[in-house]
Formats: sequence, C-alpha cells, structure tokens
Amino acid sequence: MKLTSVAGVLLLAAAGPVLAGEHRKAQPLDPRYVEECGSCHVAFPPRGLAAASWTAVFADLSTHFGVDASLDPAAAQPLLDYVRAHARRKDTPGDDGKPALRMTKARWFVREHDEVAAATWQRPAIETPSNCAACHPAAEQGSFAEHDIRIPR
Amino acid sequence: MHRLFAAAAFAAGVGAAGAEQPRDFETAFSTAAQQEEPGFQGFDAGRGREFFNTTHGGDWSCSSCHTDNPAAAGKHAVTGKTIQPMAPAANAERFTKAAKVEKWFTRNCRDVVKRVCTAREKGDVIAYLLSVKP
Repeated sequence: MKLTSVAGVLLLAAAGPVLAGEHRKAQPLDPRYVEECGSCHVAFPPRGLAAASWTAVFADLSTHFGVDASLDPAAAQPLLDYVRAHARRKDTPGDDGKPALRMTKARWFVREHDEVAAATWQRPAIETPSNCAACHPAAEQGSFAEHDIRIPR
Repeated sequence: MHRLFAAAAFAAGVGAAGAEQPRDFETAFSTAAQQEEPGFQGFDAGRGREFFNTTHGGDWSCSSCHTDNPAAAGKHAVTGKTIQPMAPAANAERFTKAAKVEKWFTRNCRDVVKRVCTAREKGDVIAYLLSVKP
C-alpha cells in the first residue's frame, strides 16, 4: 500500500512538469520553419498557439500584422501542417472569443509573464513582448526554460 | 502581365533552384528591364542608393529595416529583430538563391513601394548593394 502511494507520487512528480508546463519543454524547431517564419521575428514556438489560431494566421500572410509576409501556397502548406501538428492543445482565443493571432495576447502568455513590470518591457533591449530572444536567449532553439531566462538591463 | 513577363525572363536568366551569384541577378534583371523599358540604359548604383533610402509615399524605406549602411546589420522596424547585412561584400549569402530573392523583393516592394518593383528598380538596388564595401 505504502509502496504504491510512493510510486504514485513519483509518477505524478515525473508527469507534473510536462503537464503543467506545456510551453516550457524544449522543442527543436524545423529548420524550414525557422527559415520561413524566423527572418522578421523570432520563430515563435508552435506550441504557443492552438491549431485554429495557426490556421487563422496563415489565412492571410500578405497582410501579416501590417507587413507583407506572403508565401506561395506550396511553400506555406507544409509549414502550416508543421505548426498545427505541434500546436498548443488548449484553444488560444482572443478577447473576442475568436482564435487569437498574437501569441503574446494568449492567456497562457499573459499569465506566464505577469511578474514582468511594464517598465521592464519598455527597456531598449526588449521593446516588445514578441522579442522572445531578448530574455530567452535559447528561443531560436525552441527553449524557454526558466533557468535560461536572462532579463537585459 | 508585366510581372508575369518579368518573372518568365527572370526564370530564363537565372535557374530556379541552383546557387546563383549576385551578378547573375543583375544579368537576369537587365534582360527583363530591356523588355519592360524600351530606353533602358543599364543599372545605376547611385539611383539604387536613392531608391533604397527613400520612402515611396509610405512609412518605410528599405533603409528603415536595413539601415542606410547595407554593410552593417539592420533591425526590423516592427519587431526589432536583427537582420544580417544586405551587401554581398558583408554577407556572402545575399543574392545566391533565385526563389529567396524573388520572395523578398515581392514582399518588401509591396510594403515600401505599395506595388511590385520593376526589373530596373531591382537591378539598381542590386548594383548599389554590390557597390557597398564593409
């Protein structure tokens, strides 16, 4: 009986970080994705948005947050398949209930960064929440681990 | 129609897949420019420089992200992400892949000039970038 509960606790402990921190687990990125979606901004982790959000993002790349990021459909489709396959399992709706387009507006993102002061975001080395690599130097490798965080002064 | 024609001329001049050199693009754009513009007299690095540094009625110029020194790294005007230098003398990867060159000219011209660029404009810019030394 005792042994069983110890084993149960160990099992929970092992599963805990994976279940609780879906976005913390390092996930090496597909080089094609980094090439196509990591030139103007950091290649955002696919698990930051749910599949429905990724579909919405890819629906119009020619007006992508005010910038033309058009891609021919033959090049775009495998990338969409890739991000959808590695997407966040829980939905990422925006304030209007529709799939959010901005990862930085997703609830999990806001919650994970709630201890970051407004003034910190505005530091010249950071400027915007979408500048992942400013504080997560291993972001390009898909790692957002807590121990890798370095907040620039 | 114009654009299709230019794209066809481009594809004929520069293979769609291989490893190209920056000068190959000058050659291909020159062929296309002669067809687009009857009086075409060749590319001009000075004109390319001006094109690069000018806002064409919108908010951005090429230099908004790539800076007015293409031998140096740039910074994306929206995201702040570092952009490697555009001048081939400072970055050997520039202008070595036809598909990549077409993709970025298409995107960035729509952002800056609000239309696709002509072959002459593209050739002028390449001539300018090739003239910049670190």
